[in-house]
Amino acid sequence: MVKDDLRTEISGDIERQIQLPLKQAFAISMRNVTLRLGRAAVTGAGVVLGIAFLISVGTQRVIDHGIQEYDRQHAGFVGGENALGAQAAAEAAQSDDMKANWLIVMSLLVCGVGITNSLLMSVTERFREIGTMKCLGALDKFIVQLFLMEAAVLGALGSIVGALLGFVSMLLLGCFRHGFDLPAKMDWGNMLAWVGSAIVLGIVISLLAAFWPAWRAAKLPPAAALATEV
Amino acid sequence: MSEQNVDTIKCPNCDFMVDTTGLVTQCPECKHDLVQVLQDLGQIKRKSRAGLARDDSATTHEFIVRTKGLVKEYVMGDISVRALDGVDLDIRRGEYLSIMGPSGSGKSTLFNMVGGLDKPSEGTCFIDEVDMAQLDAFELAWLRCRKIGYIFQSFNLIPVMTALENVTLPMIFAGMGSDEMLDRGRELLERVGLGERYNHKPFELSGGQQQRVACARSLANAPAILLADEPTGNLDLRTGREIIELLKELNDLDQVTIISATHDLKMIEASDRVVHIRDGSVERIDKREDIDIEVGTIDGETEA
Repeated sequence: MVKDDLRTEISGDIERQIQLPLKQAFAISMRNVTLRLGRAAVTGAGVVLGIAFLISVGTQRVIDHGIQEYDRQHAGFVGGENALGAQAAAEAAQSDDMKANWLIVMSLLVCGVGITNSLLMSVTERFREIGTMKCLGALDKFIVQLFLMEAAVLGALGSIVGALLGFVSMLLLGCFRHGFDLPAKMDWGNMLAWVGSAIVLGIVISLLAAFWPAWRAAKLPPAAALATEV
Repeated sequence: MSEQNVDTIKCPNCDFMVDTTGLVTQCPECKHDLVQVLQDLGQIKRKSRAGLARDDSATTHEFIVRTKGLVKEYVMGDISVRALDGVDLDIRRGEYLSIMGPSGSGKSTLFNMVGGLDKPSEGTCFIDEVDMAQLDAFELAWLRCRKIGYIFQSFNLIPVMTALENVTLPMIFAGMGSDEMLDRGRELLERVGLGERYNHKPFELSGGQQQRVACARSLANAPAILLADEPTGNLDLRTGREIIELLKELNDLDQVTIISATHDLKMIEASDRVVHIRDGSVERIDKREDIDIEVGTIDGETEA
């Protein structure tokens, strides 16, 4: 008899484990986030800082462009000499943009490494819990699912807080520098696009950072996970 | 499909009366396949798997767990350690079995193999006549979820969950509806004497209470086997005895097969058989009648 036949016959008695309901999984991961608030805050802080930096650079750029645009529109009143000055300013702004891009990439890398490190720690200290869950009938993918959900929640919260922090601080700074009519000069559509993509990016980085430690933990045989002393 | 115990059946092909007290899958006279007939009679649960997963050499419905030549080797660098060295063990349905042995004798390793928590290097372990080596991850998870309940020395409750949530976790994995789940969870906690404390977190409970929660959790999906790895190891004598009484009660009332690794002599008194393990193999098996346990006293009470 071939092995495939056997499989179906076994299934008659031993059934296959089912999917973890999404609602339950979400409830469990939310509880993990809220009850381990200290740990979650440390992990989340990495995202907050990374995204705050990204958004502050973005806000600065939107403000600069808004001012430039405003000046260009009102350049007619001032005269030709200033138009040349505006061009030079635009060139300077472009080279600033280059520097800022480099900083953004670096900050995201640092933020990613930081989150991976925090998650690695928080997964490792929960090996015993993971082993227990597997004893109780959790599939590898349940474990990965739980950790990814936690990471997504942390990533989303961290990104939102970070985006707010970066945006508000840069806007205030800009207002003091350029006057309090600044919000009227800004391109709000562009600003929203920055915030939106920063939040998505924050979630994606968190998910990527969580996947490896979660996968590694889920792959362990339950006996090994239970025997781990941290 | 009625469950009945018939010792002989008539072969539909040659009318030979076949003795079915042992494990038969075909007529000894004409080699006609009797699986369908036996299944209809409720004598066997599954079709024969051509000897691959089923072992025909023993009468099988009597045993819930059987291990054959179980070997486990741990490789640490250049040295390999044989934690188990060919363990053959048959455990009867409804039995209370204790596994005794000094630390490092392979008790916990055996426990892990039987519970499907680790894979043996050689040999096989059958649960209800199903060879665990042939199960995939999904089937193993199902087995751990429904067929086997686990109790650990260190309780292993999930620290962020309340007693009730800990007890209902395996039911979530079993796909139970949430009303049914909460009812059953409360019922189980009441049964272990913690009905009032369902909303407490593990750190708000004493060691004995935590182990009771663990007992309730192990019963979540009405398992056929309870595996307890030194369940009284972290408890004082009195609390330990309460846990043993609880296990014994489960064994008596629910016919749950209990397999427990222990060095606790109180545990021995409760068990039907005691398996002594030394250096990774079975040294001897004592039946209850043969065991003579010395009785000591604590606080003037009799303590085994």
